[in-house]
Amino acid sequence: MTLSEGPAAVPLLSVRGLTKLFGSFAACNAIDLDIAPGEIRALLGENGAGKSTLVKMLFGVLQPSAGEMLWEGSPVTIGSPGEARRLGIGMVFQHFSLFEALTVAENIALSLDPKISLARISDEAASLSKAYGLPLDPKAHVADLSVGERQRIEIVRALLQNPKLIILDEPTSVLTPQEADRLFETLFKLKAEGRSVLYISHRLEEVRRICDRATVLRHGKVTGACDPKHETPASLARMMVGSDVAEVHRDAGTALGDIRIEVRNLSVPARTPFAVSLKNIAMNVRAGEVLAIAGVAGNGQGELFDVLSGEYPVAEDEAIRIRGKAVGRTGINGRRLLGAGFVPEERHGHAAVSAMALSDNLLLARSQSDRKAFLSGGAFSVIRFDAIRSATRRICEAMDVRKSGEDPQAGSLSGGNLQKFIVGRELDRQPSVLVVNQPTWGVDAGAASRIRQALIDLAKSGSAVVVISQDLDEIFEVATNIAVISEGRLSEPHPAGTLTLERIGLLMGGVHESHSVPEAAHAH
Amino acid sequence: MFEAILLTVITASTPLVLAALGELVTERSGVLNLGVEGMMIMGAVCAFVAAQLTGSPYAGILAGILGGGIFSLLFGFLTLTLVANQVATGLALTILGLGLSGQIGEAFVGQPGIKLQPIVFPLLSDIPFFGRVLFSQDLIFYLSVALVIGIHWFLFKSRTGLKLRAIGDSHSSAHALGINVIRTRYLAVMFGGACAGLAGAQLSLVYTPQWVENMSAGRGWIALALVVFASWRPWRILAGGYLFGAVGIGQLHAQILAQNLGIVIPSQFLSALPYAATIVVLIIISHNRRTTLINTPASLGKPFVPDR
Repeated sequence: MTLSEGPAAVPLLSVRGLTKLFGSFAACNAIDLDIAPGEIRALLGENGAGKSTLVKMLFGVLQPSAGEMLWEGSPVTIGSPGEARRLGIGMVFQHFSLFEALTVAENIALSLDPKISLARISDEAASLSKAYGLPLDPKAHVADLSVGERQRIEIVRALLQNPKLIILDEPTSVLTPQEADRLFETLFKLKAEGRSVLYISHRLEEVRRICDRATVLRHGKVTGACDPKHETPASLARMMVGSDVAEVHRDAGTALGDIRIEVRNLSVPARTPFAVSLKNIAMNVRAGEVLAIAGVAGNGQGELFDVLSGEYPVAEDEAIRIRGKAVGRTGINGRRLLGAGFVPEERHGHAAVSAMALSDNLLLARSQSDRKAFLSGGAFSVIRFDAIRSATRRICEAMDVRKSGEDPQAGSLSGGNLQKFIVGRELDRQPSVLVVNQPTWGVDAGAASRIRQALIDLAKSGSAVVVISQDLDEIFEVATNIAVISEGRLSEPHPAGTLTLERIGLLMGGVHESHSVPEAAHAH
Repeated sequence: MFEAILLTVITASTPLVLAALGELVTERSGVLNLGVEGMMIMGAVCAFVAAQLTGSPYAGILAGILGGGIFSLLFGFLTLTLVANQVATGLALTILGLGLSGQIGEAFVGQPGIKLQPIVFPLLSDIPFFGRVLFSQDLIFYLSVALVIGIHWFLFKSRTGLKLRAIGDSHSSAHALGINVIRTRYLAVMFGGACAGLAGAQLSLVYTPQWVENMSAGRGWIALALVVFASWRPWRILAGGYLFGAVGIGQLHAQILAQNLGIVIPSQFLSALPYAATIVVLIIISHNRRTTLINTPASLGKPFVPDR
């Protein structure tokens, strides 16, 4: 296998200085990329590194702000997915755009020339799926198919258009290992036919296994290119995560108190086809501890939060204990009454009702747990507006929430200020247990540091805090102990001081500790 | 005796089948139009007035179709262009239709109507029993059967029908594939209106050839229930329509029979049967996730607002 592009070989697709600005934020910043005919190229990067933005530009979904693209040596602009398809670019999206009520053949027919009969599409799809080892029944309804089978429809749909370049966005994130193996065989067949594959992933082992070259993106920029087979997962992880992440600044030897959250043998099946099932989760969180749970999006973070908060109670009451009491079957208010607080991921529509005032949102969250303070009149539950208003004022002052007017609608606040409010709403109760999911997602740096400081202070005052986050900077800033969630499994917690970025990167990429690569194996 | 009952059942069922077929196409595109009753009564009054003025029941049929179709455009404009709430708009359409038709038809109350005459197929109608029942009917009956076949073919065999179903299943995915969601939905809504109008024409030209205010008498609601009962499939509309029609006719005969036997069955109980049957079918359908996914238009009643 040759790695260098000889001067004679014209790249199938060349990208020069490709930039995409959202406002003043550069999601992709002057990206250069060459894809040779017949190679499987990996595009590696953390969430938010700009991978999706880049491929959306390649497939014509987004238009670049600057830069140029060359297809087989000649400049092109790709204005729509249709133009991309005509050039010979096919795309398999991470979340499928399939019609569940229709059959496989009907789904494929919708994106093809209407003159081709359904019978012919069925035949071609059947023969293609056989040729590439993608077993598929054209007459089956999508609603009856597994996620892996649905992905095959997308692949066959792309292949029917005879593309020269196929882009796969995180294809194995929804597949079982067996389905993934089958997919890899298909990719090797495509490569053998001289087609190119752009393979987007953050799973280091599979990138090493199947890709010829890897391009690493971080913060919208290309930070490295390499032959993944000559790298170790650890060295790839370092390229992905970057070495400029803040050093650990955390007082060692903080005395920890009693166990506040205890989770044992917690397994929860996936609720929807796109959800992740939780597998045998175990953790202890003590008073004074911040347990940070790291992981790449979609590995079960949301599902874990849902069962910890009681939004979805679990069948086994003993699986979750808060302050020693079994609460697996207890709902969210019952857990709040035990002194727990919860901050879900989505600010709008989950943590807060956007169209309602801050004081209303305060009451909605705490009407049960702080009944005495906010409601009067016994069974009539008359709202004590004075008490709610003063509590709202108190929270806004404590967390420095900037707002217009005394009690504005939640939706009128900026993301950072609303986030400060919904975190402050829980902190105001001095919860003895706090679980927060992505506390600073999409929040400006100032608000983020304020929230992180508040979480650290809460733990210092003797509460147990669980922070679920994708942001490694944040995790190192706040964590006493760090665990990593991957494919619905939670690793053992490690003291934050003993973990390196590489170890975390490996755990996040799904390399489990039992077979992690020894440090001595570095090859660079 | 049995033949006579069967003939009345056919006459009573045809408007149900027609209105439900139209609503089926509308709902398959993802639009819930609760204004069937209003469109039907508008079709009835337009058909009656046109037939009186021209002397031709066929002009009446045309006017009924146009009346219902144009009236449904109002619904389309409000819900598709202005993205108004479909349920509220549909209810308003019914109320408006009932009032407006009364106004239009006021001068025609009590006039003897023109009955649409049957078209008798020479040889086929000589077949004993079935021939007489099936092949000496009026044009609207033949149209209703042709529409069942045609709509089944359109939805499940033609590419345009596939696109319509795709829109009903997921309008955003359909939009992403380049299908014109709003235009297709407009056409589906108008088709639904035209069918409801034709059903209304059958009422004022065949069933009871005269104009009486509120003469649709809740048939639009039964048609709506019928669509769900048939789980959005045309052949089941035909079967269900005749079942509901037979219940309606059977109710009258059962009343007389029961009275003779000295038993009192509240008429309300029998009138409620179609709705009760629909609830039972809904429970059966929703019990099985698969049948729900495959038959129910997933984006039914949800407004579509394209990005940017």
